[in-house]
Amino acid sequence: MSASVHFRLNGSDISLDDHGDEPLLFALRNRLNLKATHFGCGLEQCGACVVNINGQAKYSCTFSVSALAGSIVTTAEALPADPVGAALLEAFEVERAGQCGYCLAGILMSAYTLLKTEQHPTREAIVSVLDRHLCRCGAHGGILRAVERAAATLVDASA
Amino acid sequence: MTRSVLPRSIQDTPVLGRWISLARQGRVAVYTGKVELGQGIATAIAQIAAEELEVAVERIDIVPVDTDQSPDEGITAGSLSVEVSGASVRLAAAQARAALLQAAAARLGINADALSCVDGTILRRGTATELDYWSVSADVNWQQHITAQVPVKPVRDYSIVGRNTPRADLPAKLSRGGFIHDMSLEGILHVRIVRQPFRSARLAQLDEVWMKRYPEVAVLRKKDFLALVGCDEYLVHRAHEEAEKFVVWEEVPDLWRPADTPAARVVHLQSAGGTSTAGAQALCARYSRAPIAHASIGPSCALAHYQSGRLTVWTHSQGIFALRGQIVRCMALEPSLVRVVHVHGSGCYGHNGADDAALDAAIVAMEFAGRPVRVQWSREDELSRGPVGPAMSATVEAELDEVGRVAAWRLSVVSAPHAQRPGFGGYVNLSSAEALDSDQSPKRVEDLPEAAGGGASRNSVALYDFPNQEVRVQLETASRIRTSSLRSLGAHLNVFAIESAMDELSAMIGADPYEFRLSHLTDERCRAVLIGVAEMSGWPGGHSAGEGRALGMGVARYKNRGAWLAAVAQVAVDEEVRVERLWLCVDAGLIVNPEGARSQIEGGAIQALSWAVKEGLKIEDDRIPPLNWLSYPIVKFSEVPLIETRFVVDPAHQSLGAGEAAQGPVTAAIGNAASKALGARMRDLPLTRDRLLSFLLEN
Repeated sequence: MSASVHFRLNGSDISLDDHGDEPLLFALRNRLNLKATHFGCGLEQCGACVVNINGQAKYSCTFSVSALAGSIVTTAEALPADPVGAALLEAFEVERAGQCGYCLAGILMSAYTLLKTEQHPTREAIVSVLDRHLCRCGAHGGILRAVERAAATLVDASA
Repeated sequence: MTRSVLPRSIQDTPVLGRWISLARQGRVAVYTGKVELGQGIATAIAQIAAEELEVAVERIDIVPVDTDQSPDEGITAGSLSVEVSGASVRLAAAQARAALLQAAAARLGINADALSCVDGTILRRGTATELDYWSVSADVNWQQHITAQVPVKPVRDYSIVGRNTPRADLPAKLSRGGFIHDMSLEGILHVRIVRQPFRSARLAQLDEVWMKRYPEVAVLRKKDFLALVGCDEYLVHRAHEEAEKFVVWEEVPDLWRPADTPAARVVHLQSAGGTSTAGAQALCARYSRAPIAHASIGPSCALAHYQSGRLTVWTHSQGIFALRGQIVRCMALEPSLVRVVHVHGSGCYGHNGADDAALDAAIVAMEFAGRPVRVQWSREDELSRGPVGPAMSATVEAELDEVGRVAAWRLSVVSAPHAQRPGFGGYVNLSSAEALDSDQSPKRVEDLPEAAGGGASRNSVALYDFPNQEVRVQLETASRIRTSSLRSLGAHLNVFAIESAMDELSAMIGADPYEFRLSHLTDERCRAVLIGVAEMSGWPGGHSAGEGRALGMGVARYKNRGAWLAAVAQVAVDEEVRVERLWLCVDAGLIVNPEGARSQIEGGAIQALSWAVKEGLKIEDDRIPPLNWLSYPIVKFSEVPLIETRFVVDPAHQSLGAGEAAQGPVTAAIGNAASKALGARMRDLPLTRDRLLSFLLEN
C-alpha cells in the first residue's frame, strides 16, 4: 500500500496517494482535474508548468508529489479568488496579453509570485522573472505590459 | 457595395442555415470552417456577424468546427480567414437579418422598410415591437440559398467591426484550461508513440525487459508503428522516456526512395531582352536559410474514440476535412463513420504535428474499441518529428545601368516543397501512415500552385519596377526530411533575398537604401508603408557602416496580393546579433479588430526575429536529431525589443490577412541592419552567435 501525502492546494487540504516519483503536474491534471497548468517539455525548459510552492515559482513537471508533504501549493485555478491573482487576470485580459494562451498559466504564476513579494517591480525585474518562460506566439510585449498594469492596479488599490 | 462573385465558401455551402442558427433564445450560433489557432479568428468572425445582424457581439457563439456540421472552408492558412470566411459570414448574416425583418414584417402586416433592429429586438419606425429575431426565426426559410443580393452594411456605419473586442476564449485559458490537451473523457487511455527516428526506419527489436518494468503499460505494435498505452499517464510517459534504451531501429538499404521532382519552373516578366549595359555593375549573391521548426509550446495532442462502428477524432489540425479524408483512407472506414472535431490547441504557425497526432490517436482507438484514447507528443518529437519549414536558397543576379537603376534581375530559388499537408498531391502525408506501410511515402512531390500563392515561389517576384525580371524555381526532393507549410512559406527567404540584394545594390552606387527602393517603386500603398516606417524610425539614423549598431529596412506585400508591411530594425552586433528596436508600418486594408491585428503583426515580427537570430535545424545524415529547447533555442523575454506599429488604414479597402506579413520584411530589416552594423554582408540565416564568429573568422 502506498502512503498518503498531505499538503494544502489552493486553500484546501489535500491528501494524495504517493505514486513514487510522479511529478505534481501529472497529479494536478489527471488526479485532481486541474487543467490550467500545462505540459510543455517535462524538462524545466519552457515554464508552461510553473506553479507556486511555498511562496516560490517552481516547475511542476519535475517536482515530485512525494516531496510536497506539508507544503502550500497554488495553481492558476486559485488566481480569481486572490487579489493579486484577480488583478493579474484582469490586466492580461485588458492588454490582450496572449495569443494562443498555452504558456500563460505558467507565466501568470511567476508574475503572481513576483507581485506577492514586490509591490513596485521594475520592467527589468519582470523580464528577469519571466525569462525562463517561452512564448512562441510573440505575445511578450502585451504580457510585460499586463504585469506592469496589474502591479499599478494593486498599488492604487492599497493607496 | 455590390458583389458579382460569391466567395468560394458560399458556393460550396450555399444554404443559409448552415452558417447561422437562432435555435437558442437570445443567442446566435455562427458556423465557420476556419479554426482558431490562437490568432483570434473566432473573435473577428463574431464581430463581423454581430455587425451585420445588429446584435451585441456577446450574443454570438462561434460553433466548434466539426466535420458533422461546419461548412468545409478548406485549410485555415494563408492569412485568408478574414478575407474568405469573414466575407462569407458577412453575406450570410446580412441575408439572415433581411429574412428575419421580412418575417417580422409579415407578422405585423407592414412593409419591412419600416423595420430595424437593435440587439435582436425588432423596431418599427424606431419604437420597439413585441417581436425579436428569435420569436420570428421559425418563419424564416433557413434552407434558402445565400445569393449576395442583399446589400451588406456600408463600412461608414460600422460600430463593432474596426473596434477592439476582447477575446472570448482567453479568460478560460488563463486559469482553467481550454485546450485539447485539457479535455477529459470518461475511462480515457493515455498514449505515447515511440516514433521512427527517421523516415522508413525499421523497428528491428523490442527488449522485453522494458515491458516487464511497466506491467501497467500495454504495447501496441503494428509494423513500424509503436504505441504505449495505459490508464496512468505518468507511467506511460516514463516508459516512453526510456524507449530509446529498449527499442532498436535500423536502416533498410534502398527502402527510402526520393520522390520525383518536377522540372524547374521559369517565369519571365516584362522580358524586354538585350538590356545588358556596357560598364554596368553587377551583383550575384546567394542567400539561404536553414530548416525551421514550428516549435509550439504545447506539443501536439489528439483524442479519439471508436465506438459502435463510428470513429470520432478531436484534433487541433488546420484542416479537419482534409484530415478526415486521410483518416478514412488509412483506417478503411466509410466517410460517414468518421467525425473530426477541432479543439483549440497551442499556437499553430503552419502544418505541424497536429495531423500526425490525430492519425496516431485514430490507429490506437481502433485497437482499443470503446475506450477514448489521448495521444500526447513529447517535446523532442514536437521539435524533431513533425513537418518542418524547408531549407531554401535564393540567388539574385542583377545589373545596374549607368544611372544606377536596376536593368536586369534574376532570382533563382531552390527549395524542398512547402506543402505536404494531408492528402496533398494524392498522398496521405501523415507520419504514422508511413510507419504502417513504408510504401505510403509520396512518389512525386509538387509545391503549392501559384493560384494558392505558391510555396517556394511565394514572393519570388519582386514588387519593384524592374524592366527585366526572371524567376526560376527548382524543387528539391532528395532529402527524406518531411517539409511542409510554415508561416509565410517561401516568402520568408525570398523577401530576405530580394531586400538584401536591394541594399547591396544601393551600396554599390553609394545610394541610400530607402531612396534606392523608392526610386524603383510605383505601387502607392507600398510607398506609403515605406515612407511611414522611415518617418517612425528616424531613417537613416546616425550610425555609419561598421560601427556595431545600425538601422536596416525591408518591405514586401505578402504573396504580392495581401498586406503590405515595411520594417526597420535597429540592431547591435558584438558577440551576437541583438535586435534593439523594431518599427513596423502596415497596410492590411480594413481592420476588423485593431488590437487583434496588432498582436498578429507584432507576434509575427517577434517570431521572425527568433528565426533570424536563433533558429536553424541542423540536419545530420539526412536526419533531424532529437531536440529540446536547449538544442533548439527560441527568443526569450530579455531578447524581445521594443516594437512600434502603425497601421495605414483606408476603410474603403477590403481586409487583408495580417498573420504572415511580417516574416519576410522583418527578417530582411534585421539582416540589413546587422550587415551594416558589421560592415560586411551576412547572407545566410540564422545569424547565430556561432555563424557570426565563423563569418568574422572567414572575412
